[in-house]
Amino acid sequence: MERIPILKMGEFLLVTIQVDMHDRLALTLQDDLTEMIVKNRAHGVLIDISALEVVDSFIGRMLGNIASMSRVLDAATVVVGMQPAVAITLVELGLSLPGVRTALNVEKGMELLRVSLAAPNGHADRQK
Amino acid sequence: MRGTSSRLPEIIAKHEQDLLDQWIKEQTSSATRRPDLLSEADLREQSRTLLSGIRNAIQRGRLDDITGSEWQTVREVLNEVSRGRAQMGFSPSETATFVFSLKQPLFARLRAEIRETDPLVDEMWAASTLLDKLGLHTTEVYQKSREEVILRQQQDMLELSTPVVELWDGVLALPLIGTLDSARTQVVMENLLQKIVQTGAGIAIVDITGVPTVDTLVAQHLLKTVAAARLMGADCIISGIRPQIAQTIVHLGVDLGSVITKASLADAFVVALQRTGATINKGH
Repeated sequence: MERIPILKMGEFLLVTIQVDMHDRLALTLQDDLTEMIVKNRAHGVLIDISALEVVDSFIGRMLGNIASMSRVLDAATVVVGMQPAVAITLVELGLSLPGVRTALNVEKGMELLRVSLAAPNGHADRQK
Repeated sequence: MRGTSSRLPEIIAKHEQDLLDQWIKEQTSSATRRPDLLSEADLREQSRTLLSGIRNAIQRGRLDDITGSEWQTVREVLNEVSRGRAQMGFSPSETATFVFSLKQPLFARLRAEIRETDPLVDEMWAASTLLDKLGLHTTEVYQKSREEVILRQQQDMLELSTPVVELWDGVLALPLIGTLDSARTQVVMENLLQKIVQTGAGIAIVDITGVPTVDTLVAQHLLKTVAAARLMGADCIISGIRPQIAQTIVHLGVDLGSVITKASLADAFVVALQRTGATINKGH
């Protein structure tokens, strides 16, 4: 079965979505990712969706859910590389993903994760 | 209506050249003639094509219905003339007079040809209705082409009025001028997001100094733009909020709490520079 690979990079997990997401794939990713976070005791998750061209309300909600779940498991989540069209669609759908941190590309996302982990409580807001 | 029994087709066919000369004379002497916009040769050509079109059409088609296929050629000629004149800057009445001025020579000809009163009145009524319809068609096309011009200008304005400028490495500014409606917000949002991707900017300053009024709808559009930029990983600062607008926003109960707002673009720029790690030193 098709799966989205989750790569371990030090204390972070890197998820790169390179295919069109369908509902089952999103659910599998949710399962895999939560398991991986627990297994590797990861403190940061970086989800790269730069190749994602089409989103619907379900996928949008899944992204939000995955981020919330990671946070519950004490891993900061950053979504990076969202396409303009995807961003507009999500906003029009009313899914502005509150609580999900975002960055323009993987590099900036990594930096953001490092900064937030370096902060004492591990949940430093990027606006500080 | 007398329909097929009308003598109109026969009279027009017989006296076409004469009618044409009279018609052109009528047009050139009329006050609505615009020699500055249309040369006499062109006018003559247009009149000739239209009259021969009418002659062909009424021999085959109905007099009281110009929507049929027989009138196709006439309609096309009128469309072309009307569009051309609309673009050249003719007024609506000047354009419509092109058709209506045919009445005078046509009626004169009918009067010369038909002696009895009753048939004459009938024929004149038929001719008058026909020309009225053609005239109305001309005006409609004129109106439509003017609307097309307006529409195109609106689109031009839409693109002109939403520039995204790069203020600093990683800092974009979006000076908004004019009222924000849904269509414009869409363009603004797309432009901004596209530029964020291109430049990799982390901060965008949306300056609303030029936005005359902010109601709930405009505020919602602004918030949407900010949310979309945030999803892409760029922070937005809204600047240029005038005192009146600040009051309106609060009175309307719009929640801008999640967005950084500054009174002036200068203040916003300072914040943006601090965020990017740049420092400002006043030189001597």
